[in-house]
Amino acid sequence: MSLGGPAPAEPEPAVSEDDEKSSTWTGAARRWLLRRLPPDKLLPDDQPSYVASWIYVFGMATIAALVFILISGLVLSLNGPQWYHVSELGHFVNSVHLWGVELFFMFMVVHLWGKFWMAAWRGGRTLTWITGVLSFLVSIVTAFTGYLLQTNFDAQWIAFEAKDALNATGIGAWFNVANLGQIFMWHITLLPLAVAAVVALHVVLVRMHGVVPPLDAADSDSQLTSTDAAPSESNGERS
Amino acid sequence: MSHALELLQTASGPGLIFSWGPFAIQVGNLVVITVMIVLFVLALFLPFPGEKRRK
Repeated sequence: MSLGGPAPAEPEPAVSEDDEKSSTWTGAARRWLLRRLPPDKLLPDDQPSYVASWIYVFGMATIAALVFILISGLVLSLNGPQWYHVSELGHFVNSVHLWGVELFFMFMVVHLWGKFWMAAWRGGRTLTWITGVLSFLVSIVTAFTGYLLQTNFDAQWIAFEAKDALNATGIGAWFNVANLGQIFMWHITLLPLAVAAVVALHVVLVRMHGVVPPLDAADSDSQLTSTDAAPSESNGERS
Repeated sequence: MSHALELLQTASGPGLIFSWGPFAIQVGNLVVITVMIVLFVLALFLPFPGEKRRK
């Protein structure tokens, strides 16, 4: 170590004193975000030991299936119905899209069962639960429009069974299941954006509050009370 | 032509349906629900690999 050299730089705290003085809305928003979601919580290196269970895998499996659905859906929409109804490669990508949806819902339902039976809304995680419910509902609407786009007898049957229910709610004027072009646009623009946005918010909330501990974990568990590890700290919010 | 007609008949068919008294379910739906229940039970009881190495 050379004595005359420059002193090693001190690591800067996430929220500096200058930040605290700033009165702009951008500064206030940055401070709020860094307090609620510091980088080590957003992208953690480690998780508590109770996360080492297959039941905790299904949330990530659902997201993996969603990635397959979004990528295959992008390929389908760029090539168009003639391609995916007629060509062999089009059939294959269309099938990847369909089976991605089947797996997406199966993983999501197992994730839902797991979280329901461990009362995952505990410890200030109400909004995490609500965004999960919302993503399930929006996904069902998106899948429904997808089944209408099969353009076969099944799709026709589903559309004409659903139209009366939708018309009864008054939404039929804006969401007309008998209008194939309109349903196609809902399916490839607004609804995927809605699913992606709600799922992203759900994941950010999981990062903010930490993965919910098992019901039988003691409040005195060192992983839930210690403040020196990010995941443990995040789980200290249990009420 | 006959192949196309066969395809149309398959696509327009109601599918196989199991029924027990007043309860009836299409075989595809039954398979999906069964697979989800099996996955759930396996997830609860199967050991997770590398469990001992974690803190």
